[in-house]
Amino acid sequence: MMILEIYIFVLAAFTGYMVISRVPPLLHTPLMAATNAISGISLVGSLIMAGAQHNRVATLLGFIAVVCATSNIVGGFLIVDRMLRMFQRTGSGAREAEDRRKAPRRVTDPVA
Amino acid sequence: MRTLFIQLAYVSASVLFILGLRSLTRPDRARRGMQQAAVGMALAIAGTLVNHQILDYRWIALGMVLGALIGYPLGMWVPMTAMPQRIALALSFSALAATLVGIAEYYTGVRSVEGIGHAKAAALGFEVLLGSLTVAGSLVAAGKLQEWITSKPVTFRGQNIINGGIFAFTLGLFAFVVMQPDAARVFYAMLALAFVFGVLFVMPIGGADMPVVVALLNSYSGLAACATGFAIDNVMLIICGALDGASGMILSILMSKAMNRSFANVLFGAFGSDTIDTSARKAGELQVRSITVEDASIQLAYAQLVIIIPGYGMAVAQAQHQVRELAEMIEKRGGEVKYAIHPVAGRMPGHMNVLLAEANIPYDKLYDMDEINSDFDRCDVALVIGANDVVNPAARTDKASPIYGMPILDADKARSIIVLKRSMAAGFAGIENELFYDPKTSMLFGDAKTSLTALIGEMKNV
Repeated sequence: MMILEIYIFVLAAFTGYMVISRVPPLLHTPLMAATNAISGISLVGSLIMAGAQHNRVATLLGFIAVVCATSNIVGGFLIVDRMLRMFQRTGSGAREAEDRRKAPRRVTDPVA
Repeated sequence: MRTLFIQLAYVSASVLFILGLRSLTRPDRARRGMQQAAVGMALAIAGTLVNHQILDYRWIALGMVLGALIGYPLGMWVPMTAMPQRIALALSFSALAATLVGIAEYYTGVRSVEGIGHAKAAALGFEVLLGSLTVAGSLVAAGKLQEWITSKPVTFRGQNIINGGIFAFTLGLFAFVVMQPDAARVFYAMLALAFVFGVLFVMPIGGADMPVVVALLNSYSGLAACATGFAIDNVMLIICGALDGASGMILSILMSKAMNRSFANVLFGAFGSDTIDTSARKAGELQVRSITVEDASIQLAYAQLVIIIPGYGMAVAQAQHQVRELAEMIEKRGGEVKYAIHPVAGRMPGHMNVLLAEANIPYDKLYDMDEINSDFDRCDVALVIGANDVVNPAARTDKASPIYGMPILDADKARSIIVLKRSMAAGFAGIENELFYDPKTSMLFGDAKTSLTALIGEMKNV
């Protein structure tokens, strides 16, 4: 089992390296916020710890961990979306209006 | 059947996370991609909630509601200028979650009949060691970025030796725990020492180096999550942790490169604390030329190409919107405006881009250092707003300068340079900037926002 897990770790780290090294500096802050949101995945471990009724200490620690991880997931994904919504190309306002006339289904967020 | 559902949920979530991160290579696709990643997260949570090990849902429900209540303001209300400390705080949360799960797992394991094996002790030990170090480090980093703690390096004599000693001792305790998994006291002592080390490790690092530290802590919190995956045999945690770890590592290497400093130098150098300033003496003999708002606005109005170099000072003055307005006025008069973004502008990787995007500046006008440096030759005005060290030519010329060798924006190659600056105080690294004494340079003193507003008003009359 351990060996298999190490395989997975190495391959995932490699994939992460290949994917993330191509992210432009323009989006490095959203990238950090995104990996932060994804790291909220430790909620998976926290949930089991909080609900497995091992003992009181484990339940309490699991509970606090659930709070931390959930706040990261909720806050993380919200903030990434908020940031990415702000990135617009030149004239996207005008183009947006034109797009709307031509193809009403492709509506970009008017707030941003 | 249930196990199959859980595994399928985990596989889909992992795929969606990787695709989400990949979407960040394209600004126009990024938003959609990250929304899909959020769906992946929902799947992973749903998959976990049906796990047969969970017997009691009360604490889980309460915890998730509470977490969502804390997370919502952290996501929606935190201003973009405060993003670095917001991310640092979130890093400490994710590391805390990993650490607490590790402690609970150990506490339960030691009391069980079968005890804890060596492999599991190694995974748990690694998890809480890295986790508690990251919790402490990120909290100190967040405090420094928020300026609750001084952002200057805090140093004392023999610091590196003491820190190194503590770290070595912590590693020794870790080795002991792996050999003797039931030595609970040693386990908790290691946890506490790692926390202390986390504080001591970030305290001597100055504010300008925070981007590297935050990226590094990001990588650590990822690796801690990864160790959790090993400890509780959860493959998805291993995958996500590895992704985070890789991302943090790449960013911290990029940041160190952008400052032309090795990792070790950032972490142990206490940069900016006691640098001997060689150019200050020379600078004292030179004159600074200041410029009036009227003259500056005339220069800008008739320029063909203006390159704006924003720095953290612009963000502090909250002047992004004025910058955009001024740029629009220049464009209306037929000039071209580009923005030159240094990799370490701002307090975290890519921070400046987000701040400018927030002011509705289109992202295709934001240029990285490598893309823009060749344009300075044909640039009429380089407008430096609240930036300092990233345009200091000493990095190219003065071997004695602490920032020698750091890649900089070649603002000094522009035909003229206008610097918006509050006063003649030195930059974050505490180094004098020769650019300000260049005969081509004129200084417009005052708060960036006030100066820009005055410039905008004056441009209308030109």
